Amino acid sequence: MPETTLESILEGRRSQPHQLIEVLQDVQECYGYIPEEAMKVVAEELGVPLMEVYRVASFYRAFSLTPRGKNMITICMGTACHVRGAKLLPNQVHGQLGVSAGNTTEDGLFTVENVNCLGACALGPLVVFNETYHHHTTPGKLRALIDSTREKEMEETTYEQAQ
Amino acid sequence: MSKLNNISDLNAIRKRLRSRRDSISTVITICGGTGCQASRSQDVIDAVRKELKKQKLGRKVLVRVTGCHGFCEQGPIMVLEPGNIFYCHLKPEDASDIVTKTLLKGEVIERLLYTDPVTSQKIQIETEIPFYRAQDRQLLAQNRQLDPCSIEDYLAIGGYSALAKTLAELTPEAIIEKIKASGLRGRGGGGYPTARKWTECRDTPGDEKYVICNADEGDPGAYMDRSVLEGNPHLILEGMMIGAWAVGAQQGYVYVRNEYPLAVKHVRIAVQQAREFGLLGEHILDSNFSFDVEIARGGGAFVCGESTALMVSLEGKVGEPRPKDVHTVKDGLWHKPTTLNNVETWANVPSIILNGASWFAARGTKDSKGTKIFALTGRIKNTGLVEVAMGTSLRNIVFDIGGGATDGVGIKAVQTGGPSGGCLPIDKFDLPVDFEALYEAGSMIGSGGIVVMDEKTCMVDVAKYFLTFLQDESCGKCVPCRLGIDRMLEIITDITEGRGRPEQIDLLKELAETVAHTSLCGLGKTAPNPVLSTLRYFPEEYEAHINEKRCPAGVCQALIKYEIDDEKCKGCGICLDACPHDAIKGEKKEIHTIDQDTCQKCGICIEECKLDAISVA
Repeated sequence: MPETTLESILEGRRSQPHQLIEVLQDVQECYGYIPEEAMKVVAEELGVPLMEVYRVASFYRAFSLTPRGKNMITICMGTACHVRGAKLLPNQVHGQLGVSAGNTTEDGLFTVENVNCLGACALGPLVVFNETYHHHTTPGKLRALIDSTREKEMEETTYEQAQ
Repeated sequence: MSKLNNISDLNAIRKRLRSRRDSISTVITICGGTGCQASRSQDVIDAVRKELKKQKLGRKVLVRVTGCHGFCEQGPIMVLEPGNIFYCHLKPEDASDIVTKTLLKGEVIERLLYTDPVTSQKIQIETEIPFYRAQDRQLLAQNRQLDPCSIEDYLAIGGYSALAKTLAELTPEAIIEKIKASGLRGRGGGGYPTARKWTECRDTPGDEKYVICNADEGDPGAYMDRSVLEGNPHLILEGMMIGAWAVGAQQGYVYVRNEYPLAVKHVRIAVQQAREFGLLGEHILDSNFSFDVEIARGGGAFVCGESTALMVSLEGKVGEPRPKDVHTVKDGLWHKPTTLNNVETWANVPSIILNGASWFAARGTKDSKGTKIFALTGRIKNTGLVEVAMGTSLRNIVFDIGGGATDGVGIKAVQTGGPSGGCLPIDKFDLPVDFEALYEAGSMIGSGGIVVMDEKTCMVDVAKYFLTFLQDESCGKCVPCRLGIDRMLEIITDITEGRGRPEQIDLLKELAETVAHTSLCGLGKTAPNPVLSTLRYFPEEYEAHINEKRCPAGVCQALIKYEIDDEKCKGCGICLDACPHDAIKGEKKEIHTIDQDTCQKCGICIEECKLDAISVA
């Protein structure tokens, strides 16, 4: 783990237990998940029992305790998206990738997550694919998006192997 | 920028900024809110800027990237001044036409104009579009006038003059008196009178007090708080400053959802700017008022929208609510007196101070004053943010502003108030939208989500949707909420999957009442509302599921099947190729069939079929 990054996250926040969630947000952003090692350091530096750090990290949806895949698929499950057929989307992803929300494919290429609302309800169903918003998403569009990403990844792997 | 030491500094800079603003008459306003960004507005912005540079107009034309205008479905959107010309669904390649034709020659580009879905007519002027015309946009209209990352823009349109007036002329008591006279009530859901909250907090002894802006907008289907905070962050800060002065707080917090990255970014910039200008910090504008604001990002827990849970979350702990025997105005954040208000509530404060309580109270009904922003979404033509005076009828909102049903499918209900609210059938659409009227009808205003539902929406499925949401979001602290919602969901799942029994309805009602009466916090107490309201207004849908094992709307997957219409199918093979589960069989140019055992009802074939030959039975 790059010590300097965690170091910079903790700067100005040491011995301030109330900064726990903010610190974990930054750790999540930096590493893509909350590593156990980071929890230990955070507990020590903020003066919060490790058990409490774990409790907070496992309570809030924003934190993941396992590493995320290379590509993030976030499906909005808000009411407005739901009434426009968003519930077909997790089924679609499950059918195509074999994983349900909160999980990562075995090859580490995709992590699927559901989110309760992304606040762009007028454009639903909404899917965020690697930080890019896709509006009016249908199962077919999502399928094509995953297919093309997978193809690209495979090409890259073949290219790297050839090198 | 140098610090503003006093009110005359503020007035002087405002004068300078205003005259600079007035000197540029050609302004291209492009929405850069989350909705339009999802429609790639950044590419349009870049293309317009490039084109202006190419045509050497960079200094003569101002491109203002603003927050959300509210008409997200039409994004990316642009308004050109002079002329108030409204262009929508823009693409980067439109930039050169916009500059060469509209800006240089004054020609209006027909293809970029908005088409009214009701009359099919093209409309040129923004204010003449029915979606906007029928609204009363006191708060939202400001979004269009400013770049949210520019304190200069906010100052130029009169920003922070309510703060100046407060510090120069008004005692805390006078502020509270004004808020009381205005009749302002909390916009977050509860509708608690704002002045009462402020008075109680002010009257509680203590040197250390806090104000909090609740921007943890967790209701799925509501996004007005995101738009206001993202589009006009200084307005919220100014409201909080006035509130802090009134209650005697020195520190404020904005607790904002991390799922709103743009709002987080904008409010952080705003706080930084306000500090640089001396509008946050010690002895603001040479007064004895010192105040600062910190930003805290929420962890994505719905329960943290509840005030006590939000406060413990701010303390860096697990967001579980606590009993409210002692109110947070007396014993709140770090056990200190705390005033927590919602984004939209804070947003209303500066204009009440500037324009007066009676100006605010002139709109609305007897007990619900002012305007309210609603997120109008779902199965309707015009979706977006709608600001109307309290008391406007649902019919007005859904049909006059929303333009009515899509695809000719009849509208049958609206869901208001998110997971705490309920579903209201079309025969209740004449109800005035105010706190009391909706509550009495079995729903609530909540934070302002209005999700329109039509004949293709299954009301049992909607109840199941909310229970699934709430089961997932229940913090688990109290038994009635944790287990009660679980059991209710079990019953509803039985019903939607064809295992429902008539006697389960009574059990469902009994459970709902128990959960409502015995849960600890507001989330649990209101959790049964979606179930109770659908049972009350749509009993026939429950009966169809239970007695006939049929989903009238064709939504519940266990009770429907996909079928190919022999008359329409031409055997083109598109669906066969598209089906990811190989459930469709048939030879080329012969009628295809669906193998019901393999079909996953994913909907892809319906989407792909060009002949409308596949339907849900």
